[in-house]
This record gives sequence, structure tokens and C-alpha cells, in this order.
Amino acid sequence: MKVRSHRAGKLLKGLWLALVLAFLYIPIIVMIALSFNASVSRAAWTGFTLDWYVKLFKSKQIMAALNVTITVAVIATVVSTVLGTLGAIGMHAMSTGMANLLINVSYLPMTTPDIVTGVSLMLMFIFVKVPLGKWTMIMAHIAFDTPYVLFSVMPKLRQMNPNLYEAALDLGCHPAKALYKVIIPEIMPGIVTGALLAFTMSLDDFVISYFTSNTDQNLAMIVYSAARRGVEPTMYALSTLMFIVVLGLLLIVNRRNGLEDIA
Amino acid sequence: MKKIAVILLVALLAGLFALPALAEDKPFAGTELVVYNWYDYIDPSVLDLFQEETGIEVTYVNFTQNEDMYARLEAGAGAYDVVFPSEYMIERLIKEDRLEALNLDNIPNLENILDNLRDPSYDPGNAYSVPYMWGTLGILYNEDMVSAPITSWTSLFDGEYKGSIFMMNSLRDTIGLALKTLGYSMNTRDEAQLREAGDMLVKQRQDKLISGNFVDETKDKMVANEAALAVIYSGDALYAMEKNDRLRYVVPDEGSNIWVDGMCIPKGSAHKEAAECFINFMCRPDIAQMNMDYIYYSSPVKQVVENLDEEQTANVAMNPPEEWVDRCEYYHDISDAMNLYEGIWMEVQMAR
Amino acid sequence: MKRSWYAAPYGLWMVLFTVVPLLFVLYYAFTDSSGAFTVNNFVKIASPMYGLVLWDSLRLAFFCTLLCLLIGYPTAYFLASRDFSNAQTLVVLILVPMWMNFLLRTYAMMTLFENNGVINTLLESLGLGRIQMIGTEGAVLVGMVYNFLPFMVLPVYTVLKKMDYSVIEAAEDLGASPIRVVSRVVLPMSIPGVVSGITMVFMPAVTTFAISRMLSSGMIYLVGDMIEDYFIAMNNRNVGSTISLVMLVLIILSIGLLRKVDPDNSGGGLW
Repeated sequence: MKVRSHRAGKLLKGLWLALVLAFLYIPIIVMIALSFNASVSRAAWTGFTLDWYVKLFKSKQIMAALNVTITVAVIATVVSTVLGTLGAIGMHAMSTGMANLLINVSYLPMTTPDIVTGVSLMLMFIFVKVPLGKWTMIMAHIAFDTPYVLFSVMPKLRQMNPNLYEAALDLGCHPAKALYKVIIPEIMPGIVTGALLAFTMSLDDFVISYFTSNTDQNLAMIVYSAARRGVEPTMYALSTLMFIVVLGLLLIVNRRNGLEDIA
Repeated sequence: MKKIAVILLVALLAGLFALPALAEDKPFAGTELVVYNWYDYIDPSVLDLFQEETGIEVTYVNFTQNEDMYARLEAGAGAYDVVFPSEYMIERLIKEDRLEALNLDNIPNLENILDNLRDPSYDPGNAYSVPYMWGTLGILYNEDMVSAPITSWTSLFDGEYKGSIFMMNSLRDTIGLALKTLGYSMNTRDEAQLREAGDMLVKQRQDKLISGNFVDETKDKMVANEAALAVIYSGDALYAMEKNDRLRYVVPDEGSNIWVDGMCIPKGSAHKEAAECFINFMCRPDIAQMNMDYIYYSSPVKQVVENLDEEQTANVAMNPPEEWVDRCEYYHDISDAMNLYEGIWMEVQMAR
Repeated sequence: MKRSWYAAPYGLWMVLFTVVPLLFVLYYAFTDSSGAFTVNNFVKIASPMYGLVLWDSLRLAFFCTLLCLLIGYPTAYFLASRDFSNAQTLVVLILVPMWMNFLLRTYAMMTLFENNGVINTLLESLGLGRIQMIGTEGAVLVGMVYNFLPFMVLPVYTVLKKMDYSVIEAAEDLGASPIRVVSRVVLPMSIPGVVSGITMVFMPAVTTFAISRMLSSGMIYLVGDMIEDYFIAMNNRNVGSTISLVMLVLIILSIGLLRKVDPDNSGGGLW
């Protein structure tokens, strides 16, 4: 009896997950379909073509933007993951008042509309005479990425048994080693989640990047400015390729390591 | 025999011209120009050709609207050599002393620009800008969805097409067309006139006449028959009419806006002469032709206009009849009256 | 070295790139276009009209967060349960759509919802009538939930994953009903993840504008639109800054209220 209800439960759970995934993937499927559509317009399907993919690889501008996007997203993700994780660990050990203050500061980038963040960062960089470019863009990305890492790591820290760390210290473990050997493994899933979210945010940012960089443009900036002239299916083609590459990579990594260990 | 002489003469002449060209070679070779323009608003092969001929390398950077480009120029963020603002923005940038005066000696191809677009009121004597593309603001309608050809802005307000109208989410254009409907100038600073226009737009919202309010998405939506009428720029109209042959474009009887995207050099450019060389290049008939074919907007270069084929000549969005142009006016900079416009725009946006 | 010092680089970065730029916002909020001190910007936006826009934004963000919680929590719970050996893959699958450009995704969504769009065409071919979706608040909510759902699923999942399942099994063995197990055992243990999730969904949702603009066909005007209009179209950083300052304070207050729900945080010196 119990086994049967368990099986039914599993079926229902599976159905729920399938529905959620369908919800998330239907627009993606539409997008992939549009990348093979002979018509420039979203309005009608006029036949299959690979022209957009050809055009994509011929466009210097898009290729340069792809390069900028990936460089910025990777650097920003690495730095913000380190900053955010250390930040969360530090705040976990702080007095309530100080920690609350820092938490509130961490809300700011999430709450401030991008346009406000973008313009005020631009004004600040100009004020201190830092030339706008890829590096100012990276700094801005780190600033809005890090809170996502912080808020992903914190719940894991709170869930952790505080005695573990103390025990390690009592047993003569050096604090740095205790951090590395005890805390980090415990909160690893939170770190991975945070890094993934940070990367996601970075990939998609348009407004802040626009105002903090002069000549280096990322893909989101291209997509936004392209919208004015009519979104070309080359953009869909690019997204489709990125999607396939990312999905492929993740699935391979997942199969080989059984992400269980990391996430 | 005669033929040979001609060939020799041509060869000789070519040699003569080629020599000084060789001597001067490419005076700006190795210069890097940063061109700040709308996305995809230039034929990429034009840039390659330019580099080949002059040795100047072009970095092409995009903005999405005049105002966000302005926000960057104003803050002094620019490292740009050529920018492509629209006419009212050019006027404003001139007023605020953010543009370099052009040395027209370096831009002999200004000659090629249509007479009626030269020496414009927003930039007398083309002291700061050279037209690049131009067009009008009008109504795009779907022949199958209207009872009679549209000729007036009032169709947007009289309720006949309730729920099937796309307006434009753009302060100047929306308030401007309402002003025109009432018979006023699109550049008015008169509070009573603006208020009247605002009330009309608020009522239009409250009566649920409109079903959409955007800029970029209009063209695709019109292609997909999502509405009967839409306020649109002629360039977007061309794009949509290409893809849906039921669509027609009209500049209403009351008059409208004629817009020009110009080429300017912002203050602070380190390569002014190379930038002028670029602007001059863009006005060369063969180059302008390439750009028009690629972008499919109306070019202001005479030779290109003369070269339009029959279909293009007949296309009122590409080549508006003279009387349409005559009833249009340029936008002028109204930033000193922005407070008035702002209040009205907010009321319209928040109307429900 | 004290452990709290690990937060120093983070703190420094946040001060440099978040707090300092916000000082510009503060400055603009209290000055006029000529740079003189004024509170007129606040007077200006203290009208019922602006209040309505604000209310709409908060309301939509609230419903969006609620829906994300209602959909995301069970999703995370099921994923964390031991029923799925490939749960990790599924988690990744939930995040991957976010790596496609957001604007393009929203365009795709528009393609689905339009009057002559994919869904209506499908409905029509099935002999059912069309429904008006694009331009409605419903479409906007679906778009927002679509965009923010992973930000709820992930933090809840990470917390639930580390939960001790023997506790649940013990409760079940002792005859607790599934609902009771969830409400008495699972839910309290997952509160930190839920709070993180709500934070990461609600805060960006309040100032969203591109999604709402595209899916409402520009018919729903939210605070995000207003701030953008002031900053860009009207080039009025002063009023724009004032509105975003008021928003910031409101959001932080409401999140502060939320954190009171989090028992770990309210009084116990865990932080």
C-alpha cells in the first residue's frame, strides 16, 4: 500500500516537474524555430534556412561582442564568487548589527533599477577619470553579481553546524585550513548556485554595460540596439548555438562527475 | 586607331590622377575612428571599402536612441569621432557646444545632398552636420482592416478603429502628432496648446482606443496583422511593407515630422580630419547607394534618388511626394520647455 | 585573523561600486537641474498619480513573487526528494533557459501570446476561439514568473538538499500526513532558502520594465518605466533619482519586514 502511494507520488512529482520544464522551454523552442525561419519577421514561417547561421559567423561585430560577453561574464563570475563567498563567511561571524548593515547594502544593487546603477556608475568613473571600457564594465558586473553569490551562500552557512568549525579549531587546525577543509565543502552547493546565478546575470546585462563601457559592447547591448531595426534571426541563431553549447557542456560535466559532488 | 588613342588618353589621365593619390597615399592610414551609430545602420562592406581606400580602421559602436546617446555625450563619456544623431538632437548638441564645427572644405561631397535637405533650420549652413538618411513620421495601415484609405491623424482619435491602434512610445512623436491633429506646431511651447493635446491623448487612452504603445515592435506586429493602424517612421514602414503587401503608408493631411539622421563630430574627437574624410566618403554616390540598398531607408544623396527604380520612386515611404514633405516640419530642440512636456507625458502614460 | 574580516574585500567593493554611486543618486534627488538644494522633487512625486504607478508595481511584484513561491517551492522540494536520481540534471535544465538573452526570450513569449501568435493559431485550428492575451496583466505576470522562477527554485533547492531526510522519514513513520510533514518539518527547515528566494525575486521584480512593456504592449506603466523615462527621455536625473530613492527605501523596509519572519535572524545572534 505504502509502496503504491509512493509510486503515485513519484509520478505526480514527475508530472509537476515536466510541466515546469515545459513552461520554461516553450519560448526557447519558439526561439530555436525562429532561427531557422527564412523570413526576417517573427510573424510568419516561410521556410527552413541556415542563412542566419552563415550571416552570424560573418558578422565581425557579433563575434567581437561574443568575445567581450564571455570574457566579462567569466571574470566577473570568478571574482564575485570569491568575494561573495568570503563575504558571507565573514558576515556569518559578525555581530548582528554590522551584518545587518552589510546585508542591507547587499540589497542595493538588486533593488536599484539598472538605469540608475548604470548612469551613476558612469558618472563616478568619469568623475575619477577612469577611462570607460571593458574593465569598468567588469567592475560594474562584479558589483551587481556578488550579492547573488552572497544570498546563495548565506542560507547554507546558517544550515551548517557551527560546532564543526569550532571542533576543527579545537583539534589544532589552522583557521585558514579549517575554512578550506570544513566550511567550504559544507557550503559548496551554495557557492555553485551563486556562481551560476552570477554568470546568468552577467550574460544578460544590457543597461549597466551600456553606460559603463565605451567601445566594448556585449551581446545584450547588440541585441537591444538591434531591436530598433527589427530583431534579426541572426540573434536567435546565436542564442540557439549558445544554448546547445551550454546545455551540452553541462550535461557532459554532469555525466562525468555526477554533479552530486559539486552541487 | 582612334580607339587606341582614347584608351591611351584614359590611361594617361588615370595615371595623372593616380600619381598624386600615390604621393599623398593614405594620409590617415593607421588612424582608428570610433563611429557611434544606430545598429546595422551602415552596410558593413562600406566600412571595409573605407578601410581599404584610406587605411582608416573603423570601430562601430551602437546606441539605441538619441537620448541614451546624449546621456553619454553629456557626461563626457565619449571617445567617439563620428556620431549619427537626429535633427532635434543635433540642434541641442550644437546649442550646448558639444559638436565640432565641420571644415566643409574636407567634405566636398556635401554637394551631392538634396537641395531641400541642405542648409536645414536645425543646423544653418550645415556647419555641424551632414544628412545621412531621412524620412517622415506617418501612419501605417492595413488595407484589409480599414474602411477607407487613411488620410488624417483624426483616425487615431475618432473611435472607428478602437482597440486596433498602435501608438508610439516616444514623447516627441506622440505629443507632436496630437499637436498636429489640432493644427498646432509640433514644436510649440504654448501651455494651453500642449494641455489640449495632452487631454486628447489621455482621452484616447481612457476610451481604450489603443492596443499598443511601443517603438521597436510596431513593424513586426503590423506585418503580423496585429492592428489596423500604427504610428510609425517611414523607415520602419518600408521594412514592414516589404513583408506584408497589404500595408500602406501615409503622411496625414495635417502634416507631420520630417526627420534627418545626420553625421556629426563630437567635441573631444582626436581625429577630426579623418572623421571628416569618413563623412565625405559616406556622401559619395556609390557608397550612399550601397548604404541605401542595405538599410533601405531614404538617402539624401541626389544621384541615389535619381537612380531609384520605378517601384521605389512610386513608394511614398521611400520617396514621399513633394506636397507631403512640404507639410512636414523638423523637430526643434525644446529642452527648455521640457517641464511642460514632461508633465503632459506623465499624465498620458499614467492615464487609465 | 578574525573570521569576520573575510567580509572586508566584499564590503570594500560594495562601498566603492554600490554605495558611492548611490551618493550621486542621493545628490540628484535633493537638487534641481542647476544643482541647488531642493525638496521639490519629492513634492512632485507625492501625487496620487505617481502613487498609483507605484502601487501597480508593488502589486505585480508581489503576485509574481507569490506565484514563483507556489510554483518554485514544490519544484525545489520534488527535486530535492530522493525520487529523482537525475535531479542535478533537472536543476541545470531549470537554469539554462536563463542563459539565452532575456530580450529574445521575451520576444519569443510575445510570439506565443500575440493575437495571431502561436497559441491563438493553435486554438483556432482546434476550433476554439481566440483569446486576448497580449496586453493583459496576466501575460505580464506569466512573463515575470518565467523570468524569475529559477531565482526561487535554486536557493530553496540548495537548502532542502542538505536537509536530513531521516527526519522526514521518521515523521512519516510516526504517521504524520504528508501535509503535516511539509508544514511542520520541511517548511521550517527551508525558511532561509525561501527568504533568499523571495529577496532575489521580489526586489528586481519591483523595478522591472522591459518584460511588462513588451507583454503589455506598452499599456501597463510601472515604476521601472517611469524611472527610465525620467533618466533618458526627459533627461531629468533629479526626479528620476528621487523616484528610485523612494523605491529603494520602500523595498528595503518591506524586505526588513520579511526578515522578521525568519526566526533565525530575528533575535538569535546567529549573524
